[in-house]
Amino acid sequence: MSEAVATQLSGWGRTMPTVAQLVEANSSGQISELVQHANSRGVLARGLGRSYGDAAQSGGATVIDMTTMNDFTLNPENMSVTANAGASIDDILREIVPRGFFVPVSAGTRIITVGGAIAADIHGKNHHRDGSFGAHVTELTVIDGLGAQHTLTPKDLKFWATVGGMGLTGVITSATFTVIPIASSYIAVDTERGNDLDDVMSRMFARDHEYRYTVAWIDSVSSSGRGVITRGDHATIEQCNLDGIKDPEAYDPKNIATAPALVPSGALNKWTVRAFNEGWYRKHPKERIGEIQRISAFFHPLDGVQEWNRIYGPSGFLQYQFQVPDAAGYLVGMALSKLREIGAPSFLTVLKRFGPGNRAPLSFPQSGWTLAADLPAGIPGLGRALDQLDALISAEGGRLYLAKDSRQSPTNFARTYPRLDEWREIRDTMDPKRVFASDLSRRLEI
Amino acid sequence: MLDALGDPQSVLVLGGTSEIALATIKEMPRNRLRRVLLAGRSSESLDLAVAQLQALNISGVEAIEFDAKNTETHGGIIDAAFDGSDIDIVILAFGLLGDQMTAEADPTHAVEIATVNYTGSVSAGLHVARRLKKQGHGALVVLSSVAGDRARRTNFVYGSTKAGLDAFAQGLDAALAGTGAHVLIVRPGFVRTRMTSHLPEAPMTTNPEDVAKIIVTALKKGKSAVYAPGPLRFVMAGLKALPKPIFRKLPN
Repeated sequence: MSEAVATQLSGWGRTMPTVAQLVEANSSGQISELVQHANSRGVLARGLGRSYGDAAQSGGATVIDMTTMNDFTLNPENMSVTANAGASIDDILREIVPRGFFVPVSAGTRIITVGGAIAADIHGKNHHRDGSFGAHVTELTVIDGLGAQHTLTPKDLKFWATVGGMGLTGVITSATFTVIPIASSYIAVDTERGNDLDDVMSRMFARDHEYRYTVAWIDSVSSSGRGVITRGDHATIEQCNLDGIKDPEAYDPKNIATAPALVPSGALNKWTVRAFNEGWYRKHPKERIGEIQRISAFFHPLDGVQEWNRIYGPSGFLQYQFQVPDAAGYLVGMALSKLREIGAPSFLTVLKRFGPGNRAPLSFPQSGWTLAADLPAGIPGLGRALDQLDALISAEGGRLYLAKDSRQSPTNFARTYPRLDEWREIRDTMDPKRVFASDLSRRLEI
Repeated sequence: MLDALGDPQSVLVLGGTSEIALATIKEMPRNRLRRVLLAGRSSESLDLAVAQLQALNISGVEAIEFDAKNTETHGGIIDAAFDGSDIDIVILAFGLLGDQMTAEADPTHAVEIATVNYTGSVSAGLHVARRLKKQGHGALVVLSSVAGDRARRTNFVYGSTKAGLDAFAQGLDAALAGTGAHVLIVRPGFVRTRMTSHLPEAPMTTNPEDVAKIIVTALKKGKSAVYAPGPLRFVMAGLKALPKPIFRKLPN
């Protein structure tokens, strides 16, 4: 059995670290044993730590590093992958893309685990069409709060409590999910710019359904709310040939750079972000059809810079991601102007349309709009501004994404996840002794 | 739990009527606080402190029975507080100024000051540290004093207890390294409070609210010691370096 090591853990935003006993996972039996012998601080599984806030850390608890259990196999006949929970989407893509398959849902980073993708019920650029990751999982195995292993399918309520359950129903040990066939490792991308936020949103509203993948980048510094919409689908061999690509199935994402270890606080400020945003907007043509991009450039542009989270300096950062129904689309503009008001520089502001939600009581996506903005944690007035936005969003039936949240109040959380009690009932059957706990679950009193 | 902006949800004050501690709580975002425990001997002023915070719409404010001199009860009281939920910040705020002349004439008075300020703090501090370490996060704020920096003729009994407390807190912070918990030592100069209302004011006098702001900022920055006001640090460094004959001739 591997040794527990006292380790300081934080989320991708590098705020509010706590110290836990970190243990490397090596078998289901070992995990079951750790659960059975948990101390009063409990147990939590952790993947690659890409949740921005406190979802994958648990002060004083036994935190199981799942990334050591990372085997997976592609089953080409029935187009699925069976993976241990610690397998990374990065490793999986390196194996399956050259063989003509792609994951059903891809987040903005591929440096995540299968277990994390299920626990956060991640979404991607195809949510409006294909739903979130959980919708493509056909089976999963979880070790519950008594240390018993269960294999669950979408027929089970426990399955849906585990999808989006943030690791609080048990330790996911393996899962099978469907994959989609692709002809090449490239995406054919159509780009259009919107002069202002209304323009961007109406273009998305009108034509998003025509594409498998779509997302918009918003210039959060410009008061117009202008942006760039990129949409696409997997490129055919013909499209790649036309573009002169020699080996359309090859897939080799590379690291372009690593962010420096020490960045002074304030390096990202109104002026540097304004310059970046201006350049980024100008870089894109008013309209372009059928540009051939690599999968990594289209889906995971930031993965090319390792540890890019360091650029926010010592006080760290947070990502504010909310969802509102179509009728409350005006809140997108209101949020952008509120953040501009307090001078919160965000160079990564992303707008996306969601399709309908799924059966998971704690799954984040619901039909409408979702906006995500990266914000340095040290900005004066940030807490108050975000509290005001929380109130407006919850009044319209919207909510925040738990995988990103690091600051909402427990009352706001309970108000905006109306199926929380339903989830708790299932959780209580899976974890009657409340072994599973994270800093997130303590902060939000989940 | 602290949130990403460093704002706490739960605070335990040992010495629940301390004006500096109460001002510190008022300095924290009220809509984030879920549980505020004011520990002290039951008294009208403790009830008043609870009412004062409740009137500000702070939720979960509660008085708990605690006597600094009753060290054998500390463990149980502190365990009960932490068993209720994690505690993000503990403020060790109890203390007796006493009267120097009385203490010199009647050593039992001196012993009382030493028992409360030093012995009581060592006991409570160790119990708190044990629980902070167990939860893997949290801060212990220790209200020390510049009086501990160099003993003065006019208040060396009090000063010596603070000197001992300060050294204890420094060591405790070192002991907590790597556990996720840490200690913040606060060394105020003359603060306008009930404790000092009968005394003539010294240079660089502050109000509890000023000290509170310094504490909240220092907590967010993860500092391990601060003076209040900040520049007192340089004054005290100068005083400590003065040769004895000159130091003794300074006005008190």
